[in-house]
This record gives sequence, C-alpha cells and structure tokens, in this order.
Amino acid sequence: MLTVATGNKAVAVAVKQAKPVVVAIYPITPQTEIVEQIAEYVSRGELPARYIDVESEHSAMAACIGASITGVRTFTATSSHGLLYMHEMTNWAAGARLPIVMANVNRAIGPGWNIWAEHTDAMQERDTGWLQVFASTVQEAYDTTLMAFRIAEDNDVLLPVMVNLDGFLLSHDTQPLDTVEPGDFIPPLHLPHAVDPEHPMGYGALTGPDEYFKFRWDIERSMRDSCRVIEATEKEFFQRFGRAYGFTEDYRCDDADVIVVSMGTLGKEAEVAVDALRTEGIKAGSMRLRWFRPFPPLDFSGRDVVVIDRDYAFGSGGVLAQSIRAKNRINVFSVIAGLGGQEVTYDDIAGFVKNRQIGNEYWFGVGNHV
Amino acid sequence: MLKAAGPDTVLIVPASCMSVIQGMYPGTAITIPVVHVGFATGGASASGMSNALRAMGKKTNVIVYAGDGGTLDIGIQALSGAFERGTDFLYVCYDNEAYGNTGMQRSGGTPLGAKTTTTPSGKPDLKKDIDRIVAAHDPPYMATACAAYPLDLFRKVKKALSIRGPTFIHVLTPCPPGWRYPTGKSVEIGKLAVKSGMWVLYEREYGNVTISSPSKSALKKPVPLEEYLAPQGRFAGIDAKTVTILRQRIEKNLQRLVQEEKGIC
Amino acid sequence: MFEIRIHSRGGQGGVTAARIIALAAIRDGKYATAFPFYGAERRGAPVVSFVRIDDKPVKVYSRIRQPDLVFVLDTGVMDTVDVLHGLKPEGTVVTNSAHRHDFTGFKSYNIDLTGIALKEDLVVAGGPILDTAVVGVLAKLGIITIESARKAIAEMFTDERDIKAADDAFREMVV
Repeated sequence: MLTVATGNKAVAVAVKQAKPVVVAIYPITPQTEIVEQIAEYVSRGELPARYIDVESEHSAMAACIGASITGVRTFTATSSHGLLYMHEMTNWAAGARLPIVMANVNRAIGPGWNIWAEHTDAMQERDTGWLQVFASTVQEAYDTTLMAFRIAEDNDVLLPVMVNLDGFLLSHDTQPLDTVEPGDFIPPLHLPHAVDPEHPMGYGALTGPDEYFKFRWDIERSMRDSCRVIEATEKEFFQRFGRAYGFTEDYRCDDADVIVVSMGTLGKEAEVAVDALRTEGIKAGSMRLRWFRPFPPLDFSGRDVVVIDRDYAFGSGGVLAQSIRAKNRINVFSVIAGLGGQEVTYDDIAGFVKNRQIGNEYWFGVGNHV
Repeated sequence: MLKAAGPDTVLIVPASCMSVIQGMYPGTAITIPVVHVGFATGGASASGMSNALRAMGKKTNVIVYAGDGGTLDIGIQALSGAFERGTDFLYVCYDNEAYGNTGMQRSGGTPLGAKTTTTPSGKPDLKKDIDRIVAAHDPPYMATACAAYPLDLFRKVKKALSIRGPTFIHVLTPCPPGWRYPTGKSVEIGKLAVKSGMWVLYEREYGNVTISSPSKSALKKPVPLEEYLAPQGRFAGIDAKTVTILRQRIEKNLQRLVQEEKGIC
Repeated sequence: MFEIRIHSRGGQGGVTAARIIALAAIRDGKYATAFPFYGAERRGAPVVSFVRIDDKPVKVYSRIRQPDLVFVLDTGVMDTVDVLHGLKPEGTVVTNSAHRHDFTGFKSYNIDLTGIALKEDLVVAGGPILDTAVVGVLAKLGIITIESARKAIAEMFTDERDIKAADDAFREMVV
C-alpha cells in the first residue's frame, strides 16, 4: 500500500509486521519515534508484544538478550550514546549467537552534545560480530528491516543485525513508502540453543583458553556464511515484492573513470553529484555501500576511488577508506565529511571528485590535505 | 537554585531538558561553569569533581542538576554510589515525570495512569519513590520542593549547600507540553500538586522529618485529587480505579510522613 | 523539481504541513520528500521545514538553498531569520498574516491562516494549528490539487475541521 512515512515510522511498520514477542526500549533522539510508534501499536492491540520500558540502553540490550535466549523474536532501537552505552551488551548479543534486530539511527558522539547524523556510532560496533546494513531511503529502511529478521534468524547466521538510518536526514524525512504483505517471508524463529528446562544447558559459562577461541571462530565463520544468506534473502525479496537490493547500490559505475563510495543518504546525494559531473564530461559513478558487515568484496577495476566517510577512527582514518585500502590494496582519496550532521551537498561531492588527490585524506570544512 | 548557590558553583548536567537550556555552542546563558556529562553519570561525575575540588582545598559548590530519567532510571546507580560514599555535593532532581528532552516518554518518575508517548493508555506502574530510596542512604539532608514554591526551594537549597556531605533535593517541575495543559498554568498546577497531597513538601535532616508549611496546610484541608488531575491532558480518561489507588497512596504517604515527623517510625 | 521552505515556530504545524503536502503530491502521482530542521526541541523555537516535489524520485537530502516558494507561518521569526534567503528571483512568498508584507522584488501573498484556524477551533495548548490551512493555500497556488490535498488530510487526520481549514484557505487565498 503506497503511503508516506518517515524513516523511523517505516522501521516501526516493518517491526510490527515482523511480530517480535519482546521489545525492550529506551528513548534517545533521533530514534525515539520508532519506539513511540511501536508503543502505539502495542497499546492498540495491533502488535501483541511485551513492551518493556527499561532504565537504560545497557538494560535494553540485556533485556533483549534475556528474551532472545528463550527463543523468541526481539527488537530494540537506539542511537549514538545509547549504542555506546550498550556496547558491552552488543558484544554479548553476538557472542551469545542471538538473532536480535536493532535499528540504529546514526548520530554523532559528544561531548559536545550533537544530535545529528554521523556513522561513528555504528563504526564503533564494527568488531562486535553484528551484521550491519545502511539504508538510504524510507522504502529501503522498511524493506531492510523486514529482511533483517529473516537474515538474523537463518540458522546459518544466528547473529544480531543492525539496521542503520541517518539521524534526521532519513529518520525524520518523509518519503513515499510502499508496504507489503510479508506473508511467510519471515519464517518462524527456531533458535537451536533456546533455553529449555527439559534439556538443561549452561549458557556462556566460564570457558577456558583451550575452548574459547573456537567460539570466536564460529562467529567469524557465520559472518562469512551470512553473505550467501543475504544474497538469497534479497533475491527472494525481489521475486516476491519486486524491489532489488544488493551489497552495494551502483549508479553509473559501468563506464565510470572515478567512483564515489559512501553509505547512507550521502549515497543518494552522490548520485545527484554524479549526474551533474556527467553533464560536465566527467565520467563519475556512485557506489553506495549497503552492507558494512560483512564487508563485501568490491571491484573498482583500476578506477579512481573517492571515499566519503561520515565517520572517523582517531589515529587511523575514515573507516570505509581504511577498509577499502586494506581489502582492495589500493590508494583512495579519503574525504571526511558530514560529521555531526555537517551539511554535504551534491555540489560539495562533485567538488571532492573534481579536486581529488588519490592517496590523501581531506577533512571537509577543515581544508588541509593531509 | 542558582541564586541560592552563588557564583562559586559548578553545575553538572547529565542529558536532560537542561542540556539544551544553556543554549548552543559557542554561547552560554549561564554565568557559572556548566559541565555536561553522560546520561548515566551524574552522581559519579560529581563524586570525581567534588573529590578533586576538596583535595585542592576549594569550597566550590558541586551541584548535579538532573531530570527524573537521569536520576530514577539510568542515573540511579551513580546516584546511589555517590551517596553511599558520602560525597560532598548537592544533587537536584528536577522532575517533570517523564523523559522530556526526547519528547515525553515514560520514566520511573511518571505517575500511575499518566499518558506519555510510550504509555499511550496510561502508565501501568507506580511512580518510583526515589525519596525513600535516597533516604535509605542516610544522607545528612534531603528535601522535596516544587517549582511553584520558589522561596521554599531557595531556602532548601541554601540549607543543603551549608551541609557537608551528600544532599538531595527533589523538585517537581510541571511541564506544559508534556503534561498537556496551557502554558500559563504551571504555577497553578504546581500548587495543586502540593495542595492535593500528590506532592508533599518536606525535609529530612539527619533522618528527622519536617513537613513544610504549604503541605501542612494541605494536610489540614487537602484539595480533591480530581482537581489536580482534571486540567492535565496526560490524565485524560483516567479510570476511577486508578484514581482510587492514587488517592490511597497519597493518604498512606501522608500518614507515614506525619508519623515520621512525630518520630514514631 | 519544486522546492518549498516553510518557516514556523515549534507547535504551529509547519512540520506537519510539509508532510501533508508531500503526501498530496504523491497522490497527484508525483514524488516528494518532506524534511524538518530544528535545533533543540522546544515549544516556540523557530523551525524550518522543507518539501521537494518532482516527477522523478528525489535523491537530494541537503537543505533547500534556492526555494521556489517560501511560506512564513509566524512573521515574528523574520526578526531573527532571513526568510528570503536564496529565494529564486521568480519565487513566491506567502505569509500568515492579515495584512500585506512587502518583499521587494518577489511575488508575495498574505492570508490570515491563524484566523482560519481559530474559526475552525484548531487550537492546541493555546496555539493555533495551521498545517491543513497551509495545504489549502498550496492547492490554490496549483502546486498540489485540492482533491489530493483533501485526500491526504483525510488519510492523516480524522477531524473534519482539518479539511474545513484547508477548504477555507483554498477559498480565501487570492492569487
């Protein structure tokens, strides 16, 4: 059904359709509308879930873990400081192999308090074992959230999935939304290690140096296997509902001389920049990375790569730039832009392309080439 | 509160409505240092700062100014720790009975039956009694106050700051958009909270309870609870059973405080 | 692409107006996005809302720099906000006001939306709610159709007064 919705509302609608049994929530700008909308659904009887208003984000993830380990579908949402506050528990969720789905509305980290879009919050979770995907439109936020449950719960994955939306830019942007009837697209959850008094086991007990590393390898193996599951899920989504996705969204890349890589809404703004550049005779293309974990193989085939990081890892660089340098063994022009909601327009992006210096890092607004 | 504290004061502000009232960088509306801290850390931050200042021989007032969310929920661990360790500071909890900065979601401080954006049908749980939780830490001084009685608040802040050790003031701060009443009525609503007994003004000094005079009058002739609830949209449609529970709890609380004041319990 | 910038204060319905306009445009078969910008969330603070309408999907997320239409719901914000900033030379300004404001060089209109809101009793916490009236004005300006405007309002609200306000504005707006 075609309507309009904000990114936050779209996530809430998808969650309602996925029918989690337990939703643990704590408010934080700019995700709060997600949990408010879910509260509305629960209150009206449209979603028969247990809605737990916890006392902090650490407790939100702890509650999700407690619920998920019994074998039921769970969901929570957070941003920025909330995500950071639950960091011990996000590690735990992945380590406990629980298919929790969480919406993270990307927001910068204080001090100073900043409620606007930045990806560093999610980047700081990159080592935890969570799968991470970045949406760029309201439609994609909805579709991806539906798919997230299925991917997380696939028995070859059994890892939590984080769906990222740019704070305010996507969370509060009203766009067209075409909702579907999911039917049996998300199969019932069968958690193989669910707590069961009939078959008692210990969960997460003291694990010594001879055994522990095997569990860590298990997580990594599942993350690698998840590539296959992601592909298959997105393929079936396309077959059923007519919308295709992928690890990246490539726009005019085939004959491009230079490719702009970015995530989230910047990836759409970049497409507008690409069109503008093309009219000037510059053969640019945009590669919007959707899945950040697992990080997919990317093919640049010898073209110039401009990477826009809406994040930064102090002491080592923009996270996307680092990843591409390491995996593709190429030099890139690393642009650091959009931190704390800094505005980045298609003109700015076109400028990054025109003035690129492969091998350098450029902090937009600060100006010096490193 | 700041008037009572004077200029040799540092304000510690965990995430809350206050976080935005100061204004945006590079300006500030407040003429004492304001240190913004993580949501959960009010008590802990104050512990660190107070210890540091006292170690340097400074008498600077350390005041945490936190909302109900940052005190009753996410901040309770740090609050408890700071009090248990006898930290020399004043903790002021300004209570608008919900997470206000994020748009009025329910908190542990939301009263039974109140509508918030996460309790659209009314909160099914009672308001957490932070005052008795703090009292259980045996602080030298704690008090309740209400924004509608500024002189009472002023006096209590002054007293708290004159005492060394952890002190606590819990201020009811009515919120027009959150409680859903016309902006001009905040003082009226605040007074009704006290006159109905829903909010009791008192002090606890080294364990001895003194009920403040506005509440003493309320005890003699309480205003019916309905008069407090009716003007607030957040209580619209509240059912009779819930109102009865609220009323019973008001009575029980008042009785208990009266007995504590007499030294009976 | 047609770009609209709405200046209002928190609580007046500027953000909601943008969303209704976007939905109406979609019902007209177009593509649209609507997007607010606020600093700290407080009643009475100045708020800016943006709407983009196009025949193809809107991929721009950065702020509207050269609007085609500027709508001022609270003329008081003009003391601190340059509402005309970037307005295209052939652009239009509409103010919520009982009397004309002169914006030299630009096409301008004024309409008493507050009066309409009060007439239809669209008031919350003492302040008039102007969102659906704004939508009526946009329909009169031909940016969306009145039929889609009504449809959009009916989809988002159940109160008849909301549609009445839009109809009132549509009728009273003189172009």
